Amino acid sequence: MYQWDFGILWSYRWLFLNGLGVTVGFTVVIVVLGLVFGLFGAFGSLSRFKAVRLTALTFIEAFRCTPILVQLIWFYYALPILAGVEMTPITASALALSLYGGSFYSEIIRGGIISIDKGQSEAGAALGMTPGQSMRRIVLPQAIKRMIPALMNQSIIQFKNTSLVSVLAVPDLVYQSQVAAHDSYRPLETYTAVAVAYAAILIPLTILARRGEKRLAVSE
Amino acid sequence: MSETSKIEIRALRKSFGSNEVLKNISLDVAKGGVVALIGPSGSGKSTLLRCINLLVVPDGGSVRVGGTSFQFADGSKLPDVKTLAKFRATTGMVFQHFNLFPHMTTLQNVMEGPVTVRRMAKADAEKLARTQLAKVGLAEKADQYPATLSGGQKQRVAIARALAMEPDVMLFDEATSALDPELVGEVLNVIQQLASEGMTMVIVTHEIAFAREVADRLIFMRDGIVVEEGPARQVIDNPREAATRAFLSHFHRTGALPPANATP
Repeated sequence: MYQWDFGILWSYRWLFLNGLGVTVGFTVVIVVLGLVFGLFGAFGSLSRFKAVRLTALTFIEAFRCTPILVQLIWFYYALPILAGVEMTPITASALALSLYGGSFYSEIIRGGIISIDKGQSEAGAALGMTPGQSMRRIVLPQAIKRMIPALMNQSIIQFKNTSLVSVLAVPDLVYQSQVAAHDSYRPLETYTAVAVAYAAILIPLTILARRGEKRLAVSE
Repeated sequence: MSETSKIEIRALRKSFGSNEVLKNISLDVAKGGVVALIGPSGSGKSTLLRCINLLVVPDGGSVRVGGTSFQFADGSKLPDVKTLAKFRATTGMVFQHFNLFPHMTTLQNVMEGPVTVRRMAKADAEKLARTQLAKVGLAEKADQYPATLSGGQKQRVAIARALAMEPDVMLFDEATSALDPELVGEVLNVIQQLASEGMTMVIVTHEIAFAREVADRLIFMRDGIVVEEGPARQVIDNPREAATRAFLSHFHRTGALPPANATP
């Protein structure tokens, strides 16, 4: 029978906290940047101009249909060779994760927008609104409500995807716990604690999100 | 007629793909006139109505409302979005499925046009919106969301929303077709009241008795052409064309309005 000893992890607490800080910071950056890419992707794929639509679709499918681990390695190792673009591991992984997340955000945002009945934008147009006005005042406020659960879901995935940056030696929570596990010869305790740490951050967030959803639903 | 007409449509053509929906349509509506468009589904009457405020952009012909006119021809440049928006602000439209904004209260729905499009101060827009809601008999529903209203009430809010832009012309696209029969009367009453105030209107409708009562001219369309046109009572009571007679035979031709149970 395995003898659990979580007490040993206490001596690595600063390492874990450090890693956790990097993980949370990374998540904030890639969620925000990802949403920016997502907005461009979504509006690009809904553009009146074919060239813009094609560019947006190429971006979305390139990042949606290839594995994130491959993208991370590709951004760090291939770009310097092919394009002469040198990046630090942190920049490379922030960019890859943001673009990867952005491709999924694009589809969520686009789906939310096109799910709104065409009659809504027609009613806006009939009042004399420009397409921009009816998007801002009529379509988006309704579409965002529908997007929120899916955006939340994707952001949870983004948070957990940060664990992959350890392959580029970015010192996130998973990377630091590898260090701790090698040092302590206690991988079971280490990775169990890491799993608990991820869940301990995400579960309260999902509860908050659910409450927010309910409050939004009431206003209809 | 053309000097006094408020709406003038000439040689209008529109195709969706290979389907020619409007074939060389011309139409005049006098200032203060009420024209009813009737015809079987697929006859092009809704498309024609939507061409008047350019929600549908025609392939050919011309559209004039008031002092603004547009020419359309193959390859001609479409009006830019600002011009289109400005033009549409002068026409009010009421839709079959209401198309109220569900995320706004009744009052906010009616204020939206004046605030966003006419850049009116909120306080002035609210006053205007409350006046329009009172006019359609829904002053006390101002703070409710559309989801809590009956179909007839929703459509009356939609009329108030269109009127809040103080349009020159009102367009009704089967405004009562989605309503339960007992709610039709309250909406028709509001439309009739507008007619009596001298509002220029084009009404696409299946309410033949109502068209006979309210419209001064009636147009019967089929397959994208105007089959018969004339004074509403004359066309309904004594249609000249066989196609008009066949279509009208589906309706009871009593001259009476449907029972009204409006609750102003």
